[in-house]
Amino acid sequence: MNELLNTEVIFLIGANTTEAHPVTGYRIKQAVRNGRKLIVADPRKIELAKYADIWLRQRPGTDIALINGLAHVILRDDLWDRKFVADRSEGFDEWREIVEQYNPKRVEQITGVKAELLEEAARMFGQAERASIVYAMGITQHISGTQNVLSLANLAILTGNVGKEGAGVYPLRGQNNVQGACDMGGLPNYYPGYQLVESEESREKFAKFWGVELPEKVGLTVTDMMDAAYAGEIKAMYIMGENPVLSDPDANHVIEALKNLDFLVVQDIFMTETAELAEVVLPGASFAEKTGTFTNTERRIQRVRQAISLRGNSKPDSEIIVALANKMGHAWSYPRGPVEIMEEIARCTPSYAGISFDRLETRGIQWPCPSPDHPGTPFLHKDTFTRGKGKFHAVHYMPAAEEPDEEYPLLLTTGRNLYQFHTGSMSRRSKLERMRPEELMMIHPNTAREYKLKDKDYVQVESRRGEVQTKIQVTDHIPPGMVFLTFHYKETPTNRLTINATDPVSNIPELKICGVRIKKIKPSLISK
Amino acid sequence: MVSIKINGNLYNVPADYTILKAAEENGIDIPTLCYEEGLTITGACRMCVVEVKGARKLLAACATPVTDGMEVQTESERVVSARRDILRLLIANHDLRCLTCERNGDCRLQDYCYRYQVEDTPYKGAKKEYPIDTDNHFFIRDYSKCIKCGKCVLICAEVNGAHVYDFMERGFDTKVTSAFDDNLQETTCTACGMCVNVCPVGALVEKSVLWQGRPWEVKKVTTTCGYCGVGCQLKLKVKDDRIIGVAAAKSGSNLGHLCAKGQFGWEYVQSNDRLTDPLIKRNGVFEKVSWDEALTYVANRLKAIWQEHGGQAFAGLTSAKCTNEENYLFQKFMRTILKTNNVDHCARL
Ligand code: SF4
Ligand code: SF4
Ligand code: SF4
Ligand code: FES
Repeated sequence: MNELLNTEVIFLIGANTTEAHPVTGYRIKQAVRNGRKLIVADPRKIELAKYADIWLRQRPGTDIALINGLAHVILRDDLWDRKFVADRSEGFDEWREIVEQYNPKRVEQITGVKAELLEEAARMFGQAERASIVYAMGITQHISGTQNVLSLANLAILTGNVGKEGAGVYPLRGQNNVQGACDMGGLPNYYPGYQLVESEESREKFAKFWGVELPEKVGLTVTDMMDAAYAGEIKAMYIMGENPVLSDPDANHVIEALKNLDFLVVQDIFMTETAELAEVVLPGASFAEKTGTFTNTERRIQRVRQAISLRGNSKPDSEIIVALANKMGHAWSYPRGPVEIMEEIARCTPSYAGISFDRLETRGIQWPCPSPDHPGTPFLHKDTFTRGKGKFHAVHYMPAAEEPDEEYPLLLTTGRNLYQFHTGSMSRRSKLERMRPEELMMIHPNTAREYKLKDKDYVQVESRRGEVQTKIQVTDHIPPGMVFLTFHYKETPTNRLTINATDPVSNIPELKICGVRIKKIKPSLISK
Repeated sequence: MVSIKINGNLYNVPADYTILKAAEENGIDIPTLCYEEGLTITGACRMCVVEVKGARKLLAACATPVTDGMEVQTESERVVSARRDILRLLIANHDLRCLTCERNGDCRLQDYCYRYQVEDTPYKGAKKEYPIDTDNHFFIRDYSKCIKCGKCVLICAEVNGAHVYDFMERGFDTKVTSAFDDNLQETTCTACGMCVNVCPVGALVEKSVLWQGRPWEVKKVTTTCGYCGVGCQLKLKVKDDRIIGVAAAKSGSNLGHLCAKGQFGWEYVQSNDRLTDPLIKRNGVFEKVSWDEALTYVANRLKAIWQEHGGQAFAGLTSAKCTNEENYLFQKFMRTILKTNNVDHCARL
């Protein structure tokens, strides 16, 4: 992330960095203070919009149109990297045909961003020697999330901003070890190190490595699991350290699904809303009570060290899994603990092959790290070059799954605030709670006026799937016709409102857009 | 590269180094108060002065670039006497309640007074006294101990971007504080605590450490923040098996910088709500049971379901909050024991 200080132009889209990834936010502000240029594309007036040279306030869900529009101008004004595109990419002609349809006037109609402003941003980005693109869940949490990411990759390839210092595409991950959970094969279609379940070769490799027969069928994603549980096809679930009742879309459906299971075991450090529904709850350990590694958003594998002893009779999660495996009749044994587990990971995961606890003692290492003498890889070309050449993907703008309509006229978008985290089970049990003890739904002054609402009034928010109550904050940080909620507060379980529509490729739910309606209520109707 | 002599020894260092950096890299300790890597060099405190051959005045090592052939003395008589004088001026206007100060033993002012044998000061006069500000939730501000190094001002402005602090008044009355001396809750402060971490003395102190133990009794454990994907490195301060605070660690890309969550969001770890025993729900209520009972129960239930429905009846959610090792074992459990690839986590969220 410190590379952001060496870039010329930063294009930030769908990321409220100063609240969700604050230290990366500091770097962006530092870059701006050092004279770097910043383009922010966000419907909300996020803090970094104030630092931006250009702020593009696109309508939610119109990112592809916006990005294609930028590419259109860069092509038209001949600001693209012809040599890079010729030598290192493919699929250009087909893609170009699509992008040519996104002239600034048309993009203005779709996104609401003035044509002149779009042109100015495109020129700023296109003229830079080294430019970076930073994005987060504002890009991925849409039914078109994968396409959004691809269109950003297109823009990077077009301008040659790939795999060189001070340039590139930076996705920001939400929770601390999202990267590691993916790397380790916590995914229905991948073994550790992104080795495909569908590939016979990988399956045989792991079958041999683990000494068992392995199931062939690719697994279900979270959203599909919930549907399958609801339908009675999944009978039992084991949930470790997640709270889908608050974090997943369409919460009422999730609750029904979990209740419908024959057996639910939850392993966590608190009695979460999900654990409440379990038949057995197993007490795990927090990051301060165990050893191991986390992998951050830069793919840097870093140590987690035990600082205090275990609480009560709780156990580190790794020990619990091993003990359960033993009870199931499997002779798993890791007497040297996480050090030994990492040795096993290194043996079956090529990108972690050179990793060991010893090497991580003073500083983390960025994967791929294929051998014990490999220093790690700070710049990853592969992100966009899995196929040897960067491929242009022709992607079209498509509207959100549920746009506001007459019945549900307001557009709800969701996100995070600085002082709380995820479903709040950690941050709300700390002093941070005092900074933001309750949900404050953001609503524009004009919209508030329409509904005769004042700052700090209470409203009921309803969607086709559920309803929640919340206090409001009247602010021009969001545009008229739109409201914003976080998912940190169990008193305002926002995901009762959100929609279970997912991106067909990544299966990421569209948490950023759905239609809602609101009505004023008395404060007494909301309880803590 | 240029070659310079420090205290009579020859060193080759990159041409863009300062004297301070050249000395540091070669294991020569020059005392500093206002210098902090990554922040603007103000050269304000003069604590780092050194004698350079051919220069009439003493030069601030933190602000002076090396030149080829330069000859530097870092502890000459002139240098030491200048440092002593600076220290005497500082303690003349410092609330010397070292006995109970939370930074006792971990304080630059103490360390340097000891190093240069400064026991007292000839500069007697009125001391500035300020009430201790305890208004914000996270740290106290005791400006009678402030040495006006300015690092809190810089880190807040240059790293966080919040610009909370500034120098108020002038001369003897100078005070480093928030605009209009406001309670921090009324300012743009984002409670990142970085000002507390750079303060070289006991002027800014985390509330959670107050009266919890002397600095030398506190163990510092370097680890990775448990909140967001930036993965900042930090040190947990531990006393008697309890976390009491957080200090900066410079080993990660965060360069010692933190946000409110990493710095002040750790208390949940020691919350009374933590689960301490395995629980089995019987007739709608959870009962505490032993590990053996709980695990046998789970294993039996899973086996029974397996026999009846096979692997496709199972699904597991692993965790973006757990370690790599735990995630690895979890998916291995699902795939090799329950025989299903129905394993996922909330990455997408
Ligand atoms: S806590 Fe952070 S934002 Fe607040 S005054 Fe200190 S440095 Fe500035
Ligand atoms: S409060 Fe601390 S960091 Fe700030 S100027 Fe005073 S001594 Fe320096
Ligand atoms: S300190 Fe803040 S920015 Fe750094 S990892 Fe923790 S939550 Fe993220
Ligand atoms: S440390 Fe060099 S002048 Fe203060």
